[in-house]
Amino acid sequence: MGDDIRLPIGSLFTILGLILTIYGAVTGGGELYKSSLGMNVNLWTGIGMIIFGGWFLLMAFRKKKTTKK
Amino acid sequence: MTETFSLNFIDYAIMAIYFAFVLGIGWLLKKYMKSANQFLEGGKSIPAWITGLAFISANLGALEVFGMGASGAKYGMLTYHFYLIGAIPGMIFLGIFMMPFYYGSKARSVPEYLKLRFDEKTRGFNAFAFAIMTVFASGISMFALAKLMEVLLHWNFHLSLIASAVIVLVYTYLGGLKSAIYNEVLQFFLIVAGMLPLVIIGLNDVGGWAGLKESLGLVATGKGFQPDAWMHTWKYTGNPASNPMGIEWFGMFMGLGFVLAFGYWCTNFLVVQRAMAANSMSAARRTPLIGALPKMFIPIVVVIPGMIAAALMFMPDKGFQLVGGDQADYNMIIPSMLVHYYPNGMLGLGITALMASFMSGMAGNVTAFNTVFTYDIYQSYINKGKSDKHYLHVGQFATIFGVVISILTAYVASSFNNIMDFLQLIFAFVNAPLFATFLLGMFWKRATGNGAFWGLLSGTLAAAIHHGLTVAEGKGGWISPLHEYPSGMAQSFWTAIYAFTACFLLTMIISLATKQLKTKEDLKGLVYSLTPRIKDEPGVPWFEKPSVLAVVVGAISIVLTIILW
Repeated sequence: MGDDIRLPIGSLFTILGLILTIYGAVTGGGELYKSSLGMNVNLWTGIGMIIFGGWFLLMAFRKKKTTKK
Repeated sequence: MTETFSLNFIDYAIMAIYFAFVLGIGWLLKKYMKSANQFLEGGKSIPAWITGLAFISANLGALEVFGMGASGAKYGMLTYHFYLIGAIPGMIFLGIFMMPFYYGSKARSVPEYLKLRFDEKTRGFNAFAFAIMTVFASGISMFALAKLMEVLLHWNFHLSLIASAVIVLVYTYLGGLKSAIYNEVLQFFLIVAGMLPLVIIGLNDVGGWAGLKESLGLVATGKGFQPDAWMHTWKYTGNPASNPMGIEWFGMFMGLGFVLAFGYWCTNFLVVQRAMAANSMSAARRTPLIGALPKMFIPIVVVIPGMIAAALMFMPDKGFQLVGGDQADYNMIIPSMLVHYYPNGMLGLGITALMASFMSGMAGNVTAFNTVFTYDIYQSYINKGKSDKHYLHVGQFATIFGVVISILTAYVASSFNNIMDFLQLIFAFVNAPLFATFLLGMFWKRATGNGAFWGLLSGTLAAAIHHGLTVAEGKGGWISPLHEYPSGMAQSFWTAIYAFTACFLLTMIISLATKQLKTKEDLKGLVYSLTPRIKDEPGVPWFEKPSVLAVVVGAISIVLTIILW
C-alpha cells in the first residue's frame, strides 16, 4: 500500500518528536525556557508527538501485514 | 519592550523536514495520476476519516486561524458560535440530506450539479464566480503568509511569496486532489501539535481558567459589558447592545446558523469536493460528520489563545505585545503569542504549523479551482468531447495557471487594498443566496432553470441593495444609509438573510411561472422526491452509519452549547 497516509504522518511526527525531545533534554532547565514560564515544552511536545507518530506507524504497519496475507 | 527571538538551526530543521514531507507526499502519489478523474477527483478512493479531516482542514486556512484568534480577543466565547451553530447543523445537513445528490448524481463538481439539475446559465454563473473567488482567496492567503514572514522573521516578501506558491504548486501538480487532501490531514495534526502547547502555557500564565475569567471580566466591564460577557455564547444575545459582537439571537440563528453556515458547508465546492472524493456513498456522507467531531474542539487551539491574549493585553507586567508595531491589529495575536511563549524548537514547530495552515487553505482553493476550470469552464465552453488524457493535461495546466493568477492577485492585494475589499464584498453577495437555490433544487422538483438563475441573480442584487442601505462600522450605505447595525458582523448576517429570502421567494415565483424543461427521468438522483431512498452499503457497521454519527455529533454539539451558554 504505497498510498497509506498514516505512514508519512507517522514518520513526520516521530522524526519531529525525536528532534524536539532530544533538543529539550539537552537544553532542559536552561535560559531557553524563560519565555515558556520554565516549562520544557520541547521535551513534552516532543514526547507527545513520538507517541502519536508511533501509534500511526503501528497502525500503518499492521495494515500492511494484513493486506500482504 | 519588544519581543526578542531568533530562529536557530533546530527551528530551520523542523521547517525543512516538514517541506520535504509535503513535497514527498506529492511525489509518492504522482504514479496514480493517470486520468483526469484521479487528478481532479482523487479517484473516489479515499477513506472517510481522511476526507473528514481534510474537510475541516481545507477550511482551517491561516486567515481563518488568525481571524478566529482576533475574534476570540474581541468577542470572547461568542466566537464559538462559528464552530457550533455556524457549522454543525450545516455539516449534518450536508451529510444526511445533500450528499446523496452530490455523490449519487454524475456531477463531478457543485456547478455541474447545477447544470444537471437546472441549466447551463445557472452553472455558468456559479462556475465563473467560484473560479474567480478561489483564485483570489488563494492569492490573499499567499499575500498574508508572505507579509507575516516579513514582519515576524524579516524574510524577504517576494521570496516567501514565490516559495510558498511553488511548494503548493509542486505538490498539487504532482499528486492532484489526493495530494492536497493527504497534506491537509498532515497539516491538521501539525496545527494542533503546534498550537496546543501555546494554550497550556498561556492559561498557566494568566492564572488558569479562573484567572482568564477574572481578567476577561475586567476587559468586559472596561467596555461597559457585564463581567461575564466574554465567557458566554447565547446568554447576552437577547439584546445586541449587551454582547460585544453586537448581534441578537435571531440574526445569529438565522443569518449565521442557517443562511451563511448552510450556504458555506453545503454548497461551497472547496469543502464539498473533499467529501465527493470519498470511496463510497456512506463514506461521502460520513465525511462532514467525521469532520464535525474535531471541528467542535478547534476553538480550543484558535479561539482560546485569542482570549488569553485579550487578558494578557490587560496585564502590562506580562510584557505581551503584538508583533508588527500596530497594537490594534488583532490578526497578529496568534503569531505574537507564538514568539512570546515558545523557545527555539517549539518556535520552529509553531511557525511550521502556521505555514501548514496557509498551505492547506491555498491548496484547497487551487484544487477546487482546477476542477471547476477543467470541467465547468473548459469542457463546457471551450473544448468539448476530448479524450480523458486531454482533460488531465488541462487540469494540470489549470493548476499552474491558477497558482500564477494567485501570485498576481497577491501583488494586486499588496498595492490596492480597496480592490480586494471590494471583491470580497462582491463574493459575499454572490454566495449569500446560493443555499436557497440548492435547497429548492434538491427538495422541490418544480424548481426550474429560469427560476434558479433569476432567483440567484435577484438574491445577489438583494444582498447588494441591503448592504447599500445599511451602515455598520463605517461600511456600506453607498445607496442611502437608512439603518445602522451595531457591528459589521450583524450587517453581514442580515445581508445574508435578505439575500436568501429574496432568492428563495423569486425562485419559487419564477419557477411556477415558467415551464419545467427537465423530465422526471432527468431529475432522478437530483431531487429528493424522485430519488429512490438510499440504503447504507451492506457491511457498514452500525457506528459508521451516517444517521448514528449525525445523532452523536448533534448530541455533543447540544451538550457543548449548554455548557457554553
